[in-house]
Amino acid sequence: MNVMQQATTSPIEIRTPKMPAMEGRAVSVFYGQKQALYDVSLAIERNQVTSLIGPSGCGKSTFLRCLNRMNDTIDICRVTGEIRLDDEDIYNRDIDVVELRARVGMVFQKPNPFPKSIYENVAYGPRIHGLTRSKIELDEIVTSSLRRAGLFDEVKDRLNEPGTGLSGGQQQRLCIARAIATRPEVLLMDEPCSALDPIATAVIEELIDELRENFTIVIVTHSMQQAARVSQKTAFFHLGKLIEEGHTSDLFTNPKNKQTQDYITGRIG
Amino acid sequence: MATALNEHIVTSYEDELINLNKAISEMGGMVEQAITDAANALLKLDHKAAQDVRQYDKLIDGMKDRITEMAVSIIARRQPIAVDLRMVVTAIQVANDLERTGDMAKQLAKRTLQIESLALAPKFYNGVKHMTDLVARQLKSALDAYASRDAAKAVDVCAHDDEVDLMHTSLFRELLTYMMEDPRNISQCIHLLFCTKSLERVGDHATNIAEAAFYLETGRQLGQDETQRQQL
Repeated sequence: MNVMQQATTSPIEIRTPKMPAMEGRAVSVFYGQKQALYDVSLAIERNQVTSLIGPSGCGKSTFLRCLNRMNDTIDICRVTGEIRLDDEDIYNRDIDVVELRARVGMVFQKPNPFPKSIYENVAYGPRIHGLTRSKIELDEIVTSSLRRAGLFDEVKDRLNEPGTGLSGGQQQRLCIARAIATRPEVLLMDEPCSALDPIATAVIEELIDELRENFTIVIVTHSMQQAARVSQKTAFFHLGKLIEEGHTSDLFTNPKNKQTQDYITGRIG
Repeated sequence: MATALNEHIVTSYEDELINLNKAISEMGGMVEQAITDAANALLKLDHKAAQDVRQYDKLIDGMKDRITEMAVSIIARRQPIAVDLRMVVTAIQVANDLERTGDMAKQLAKRTLQIESLALAPKFYNGVKHMTDLVARQLKSALDAYASRDAAKAVDVCAHDDEVDLMHTSLFRELLTYMMEDPRNISQCIHLLFCTKSLERVGDHATNIAEAAFYLETGRQLGQDETQRQQL
């Protein structure tokens, strides 16, 4: 009993398992005059996969891109509300955006390796962020990242060949290796399998499940079945609003909201 | 009552689900008929009618296989989720319960063929007749609740299952009394006792169907707590 009490009052114990990795609070996004996201509040739980689903133009990718300030690259885009990463507002002026993107990595729809060697693709991030002091350390990061991305065995003999020479599925895993090389806390994935065949998709899905142990993952997907397969939590967006969020198994067996039900079952809403 | 569902974008998927529901309704009708016919055959000791019920059971079994195939095919090709998934899964469950109910009708028919006398004394069959009426009503209500996705009605069916059980117990005592009164009654009464057991099980299958109806509509399992909560 005493031990239990100590554990719950220790600050470290409270921080790690309970607090969400990221949290959006009343996030609205405007592209010029047009509002794309309305007051979205969503917690991204640590070491879980959260999937964002919804029809095209519903704001799911917009929300995802807010999580590492990718929207900053669009001039007319304006974000209001708060997005917290470990209790720090990432839209705070003091935040270094480059450093933020090392902590919140991203994988895109189309595999986009740099036109460099496989090794350099992975080594680039750790190098520019000064995460390593020696070549040996860098080698170690490249190897372990490729291993975690399930690609190492396939490419270990040709690390100096261009990354663009790999197959689509391998390229996407290379991009995942590149994203995790900076040891991010959160990994954002924007339809990471939409350009891949079913086998490569299955490999990536298996990988997502393994990566969950060390990372928090947010995935945008058009495939309902994929959301159901890989995520623990699902959020459904429609016309810029967060309609329903909850445990994936609940949302796919018994959605509370009629709009959610119509969308996931393929009905005319 | 159920909220009306919008149509699927893919019309052939919509058609398949409609056909599945139709098949369940059809099978439900067949089984209701089988129970009524079997009970009538028993009370009149009509051997011809009893033979017909036994034959009819083959059609019911075939219907169950058809529904299972339809449901498996939908799962394989359409990957149904949410309410559609519940519809397909409960269709398999309900078809299974209906098939078992059909077997109970067949059991009644088999007993009818075994009772070797020209007629049953009214005092013997009155109780059986009442019990048949009660379980037939339960079965009908359960099937209605399933077809109309009426959760309240489903709860009602489950709540009434106690009546079936009570009637079964009281019939057991009654038939026991007749046997003690005159050993010549034993043969008929034992057969009737097995018939009441079959009828009691029809009541259980009706409850299962009602539970499936509740799950279909609400997405929740109808447990003991839920039955009590819903009744308040």
